[in-house]
Amino acid sequence: MKRYILRRLGYSLLSLFLLSVTIFLFVRVTGDPAVLLVEPGASKDDLEMIRMQFGLDQSLVVQYGHFIATLSRGDFGQSFYYRMPVLELYASRLPHSLLLAAAAMLFSLLIGIPTGIIAAVRVNSWWDSAGKIFALLGLSMPSFWVGLVMILFFSVYLGWLPSSGSGTPLHLVMPAIALGWVFAAAHMRLTRSSMLDVLGSEYVKLARLKGLPEALVIGKHAFKNALIPVLTLAGINLVIMVNVAVVVETVFAWPGVGRLLYEGISFRDFPVVQATVLLGGAMIVIVNLLVDILYAVIDPRIRYER
Amino acid sequence: MNGSRAATLTLAWRLAAPFRMEGFPLIPTAILVTVALVAIFADALAPYNPELGTLGDRFRPPAWEAGGSDKYLLGTDHLGRDVLSRLMFGARVSMIVGFTAVIVAGVIGTVLGIVSGYHGRWVDQVIMRLTDTWLALPALTFAIFLAAIVGPSVGNLIVILAAAYWTRYARVIRGEVLSVKERDFVRLAVVAGCSKWTIMRRHILPNVINSAIVLGTLQLGVVIVTEAALSFLGVGVPPPQPAWGLMLADGKKGMMAGYWWLTVLPGSCIMLMVLSANLLGDWLRVKFDPQLRQL
Repeated sequence: MKRYILRRLGYSLLSLFLLSVTIFLFVRVTGDPAVLLVEPGASKDDLEMIRMQFGLDQSLVVQYGHFIATLSRGDFGQSFYYRMPVLELYASRLPHSLLLAAAAMLFSLLIGIPTGIIAAVRVNSWWDSAGKIFALLGLSMPSFWVGLVMILFFSVYLGWLPSSGSGTPLHLVMPAIALGWVFAAAHMRLTRSSMLDVLGSEYVKLARLKGLPEALVIGKHAFKNALIPVLTLAGINLVIMVNVAVVVETVFAWPGVGRLLYEGISFRDFPVVQATVLLGGAMIVIVNLLVDILYAVIDPRIRYER
Repeated sequence: MNGSRAATLTLAWRLAAPFRMEGFPLIPTAILVTVALVAIFADALAPYNPELGTLGDRFRPPAWEAGGSDKYLLGTDHLGRDVLSRLMFGARVSMIVGFTAVIVAGVIGTVLGIVSGYHGRWVDQVIMRLTDTWLALPALTFAIFLAAIVGPSVGNLIVILAAAYWTRYARVIRGEVLSVKERDFVRLAVVAGCSKWTIMRRHILPNVINSAIVLGTLQLGVVIVTEAALSFLGVGVPPPQPAWGLMLADGKKGMMAGYWWLTVLPGSCIMLMVLSANLLGDWLRVKFDPQLRQL
């Protein structure tokens, strides 16, 4: 167990290393990094100063060491546009992102789990086909387009919901649905297949043989166990949601980290872009690690694999 | 028989296979073929230049709405450009970017998967470690980051999308190779003295290419949506080129005034194409590759 966790930890560190190297190299290889690191429209002297400060004339290895040393102090640089440390900026936006992701997750589970169960219980019926079409539609509609069409309908034509911004629960409705939509389809698919697995198992057959009413078999015996993989996926997806919300947050002007990334790109605020990508990647690497460890705790077979 | 001719015939037979089978998704395929034809012949089909507008004709609604005219069948945008023409040329951008990125990613991933699976040992370790770490990165954020650095262009977009999506192929193909390489004909080839490269090319590749094609079809939708998202954010296809994602970004400008066609039409195009690709991919998966069903 210990060895397994240590190895997983090693892989995660490798992932983080690779992430930082990739980001570091891309910035240096694709042009003059000084131009990216300095404010747009800076003078020649400023450029020279940045080159000195970041040691851009030194070897790449030395530069990488410097890059990592600065990061490990929690120093992600200064935002050009907001004139404040990037890390502070990120921390101030993160709660908004988490709120949006939580709401989107709630929506996706409320839609995905019941439809998945119905599709599994009535497998190969009309309900199942309807569920399949719903899942395919969900996976085929880009979330930002769903958002735009909702704004058009609910804000412009009906005037029921605010089209952008944040503050009231009403502001949360449309971004949460737009973001949760794709995930609802994914959760539905997993609930269906997981439910089918459980319904075919021995203990469900036994429960049926005992003469338990079907509702009890499904509700008490099957549902609980079928839920485990769905909730695990939901946990991973919550973190992924924070990081793929860029487009939805841009559509609804929602002040989360995704919107921060977009602002970073439009204002050519490079430190912000770099920090958002680094922190987002780190978040996903850590969640993957936690999930792997959790699985190992639940299922001993995984621990002894290879 | 001539070897390369036999290979061509086999490929043609294999490509024609879907039409000989039941349950073939005719409508999705027809949609994809239509979009492809429109993309190829956009120059001849489009009534106007997609990048030039008439400022006097801004925000004209589609022909069937009040105030619309036959001059602009699907209306005009905020610069007075014909929406129908832009949709047609947008199809070209989506097709070029989507297909090229899927093919490039597929080739990279398949080659790495075959080498990794067949060679084994440290090569396998290195390639699979790389694949795993790459899989752990958030593809969309990473693509946005790359696009923001190298700047918007169609060429860059293809490279970025290929770089973001090759991992899936490497993983799946490697797994298949592991089982194929234990089969008798591969062992015989080894005994017969074939070189490693010959075995990988002549004996392994033909046995895993189906999976690569299935994965590619399923990935097409993902790649097209990502392209649209990048263009929407302004780091994809550079304006004034017509791309569906870019049209959605422009469409936002007229949304509050209720100019629905600028939002609904490009998005519907994206959805139709992605839905078709997914339906076709799903069918191919079940038909060709029972092992991939759980993907």
